[in-house]
Amino acid sequence: MKNQQYIYKEDNLIDSEPNKFRVSELKSEEMIINLGPQHPSTHGVLRLEVLSDGEIIKEVVPHIGYLHRCFEKHAESLPYNQVIPFVDRMDYVAAMNSEHAYAMGVERMLGISEQIPKRVEYIRVLMAEINRIASHLIAVGTYGLDLGAFTPFFWIMRDREHILRLLEWASGARMLYNYIWIGGLFYDLPVGFEQRCREFITYFKPKVGELEKLLVNNKIFIDRTANVGVLPLNLAINSGVTGPMLRGSGLRFDLRRVDRYSVYPELEFEVPIGEGKMGKVGDCWDRTWVRVKEIYESLRIMDQCLDKLEGEHKRTREFDPQTIVPKKIRPKAQELYVRAENPKGELGFYFRADGKSDIPFRCKARACSFVNLSILPEISRGVLIADLIAILGSIDIVLGEVDR
Amino acid sequence: MPDKKEELLSLIRQITSEEVIEIPNSTPFGVIVKNEALLSVCERLYNDPAFYFDMLSCITGVDNGPEAGMMEVIYHLYSIPFNHSLALKVVLPRENPELESVVSVWKSANWLEREVYDMFGIAFKNHPDLRRILMPADWKGFPLRKDYKHEEYYRGVKIEY
Repeated sequence: MKNQQYIYKEDNLIDSEPNKFRVSELKSEEMIINLGPQHPSTHGVLRLEVLSDGEIIKEVVPHIGYLHRCFEKHAESLPYNQVIPFVDRMDYVAAMNSEHAYAMGVERMLGISEQIPKRVEYIRVLMAEINRIASHLIAVGTYGLDLGAFTPFFWIMRDREHILRLLEWASGARMLYNYIWIGGLFYDLPVGFEQRCREFITYFKPKVGELEKLLVNNKIFIDRTANVGVLPLNLAINSGVTGPMLRGSGLRFDLRRVDRYSVYPELEFEVPIGEGKMGKVGDCWDRTWVRVKEIYESLRIMDQCLDKLEGEHKRTREFDPQTIVPKKIRPKAQELYVRAENPKGELGFYFRADGKSDIPFRCKARACSFVNLSILPEISRGVLIADLIAILGSIDIVLGEVDR
Repeated sequence: MPDKKEELLSLIRQITSEEVIEIPNSTPFGVIVKNEALLSVCERLYNDPAFYFDMLSCITGVDNGPEAGMMEVIYHLYSIPFNHSLALKVVLPRENPELESVVSVWKSANWLEREVYDMFGIAFKNHPDLRRILMPADWKGFPLRKDYKHEEYYRGVKIEY
């Protein structure tokens, strides 16, 4: 038998991800609808097994793992600095933020987090915020797409392109950067980056207003999202939901504020929360609104970072962002859990170092999309199927991070 | 947060009759909990107004390898109103590890425990829906165990690695 790709046996043809509900056990009015994994409104390869009574949903069972790429297994066989490209590929629309969290964790383990030059920290925060805008744009734009609004998607893709070009200019890659290194950066900002960034902010600010007018304050959009998928605060906290979803439910909780990591304590920004302007607090509209408001706040932070980067910590000939990048990364034996505010919520990394090798003994990623998605069955019981799509879109998941 | 650490430690000493063992070199600091006492400690930490750990951030499984012969499960708790964190560690044997589920306390434990089960084969008692989550349902073995060897064939398809 030469080079046969597949052996046709009966055992090989069974369902590898079987449904939770059996058709034979259903009541006569119930049926199972399969949504995804190849469907644009599931934002990737998410499969939802929906038990419904006509249009009304009785139970949703998410089946995930179609994009599982063994991040944790790979991380156990690679030196710390070589894990960063894998971290990029978790939340691939906000890779800078994930890199920032990861680098911060390893730096804390090495005990060098105090020595990082201020300019490096400001560049990191600038990059993280610009990437946060890109991620929120995707979240809001594709959410419009889910609900049948086609135009905003093109608008946000047009504006996101500017962001990706800026990031490409700085790091050499459009989406998966490997720019933030442990102890420093891959390279200093290119000459002229600050001015281009300022131009982008002036260009982009009115565009957010347009997006707000076109989509978020649109009558049809409000009708589709207000009072849909209401997530009460106590349920949100108990389920570990973080990020814009938790803030949409009315809690002013932002790790940039709470943990005061990096240079965030030196920057001024508001933490927007859902106020139930169009319906109840914690509905899909509130979550989208929080994301749009956060875009404005990110622009504010970017502005302040640029002020610092052009003033106090400006580019000098001697400045090398890799001065304290360690040649050999070997932390002492310890355990550490680090968390940072990603666009989608709290991204946590748990590290276990044994003190004898350059490779993490264990590296676990607490993915925000993963925990946020687990709320879906809770809040979509008893809603219509069309509203399920609205709720799923408002959670803003990236399957690369859910499955890791 | 050294002051909070002492405060939390003294509070934890009050709720357990046994000696409190601290996890060495851990950030945030943590304590080792007996396997049987986990659920009651968690309930206490959740309900007691002095702790009020209302959020379970993360559950991590760690396999220490066949030589050490034990596995660990680490719970990272966080309290939003008090802004303090705590790690709880449970040590389990590598053969038939079993642990009480904390889904009744924190709902976020549901998927996090399923992931630990999927990767380490730690069975959580009284879990409402303990199935594999990231790997396919018919996957053999638990991939993040240190002695895991990947299969050569999956359903007749050769796995080239």
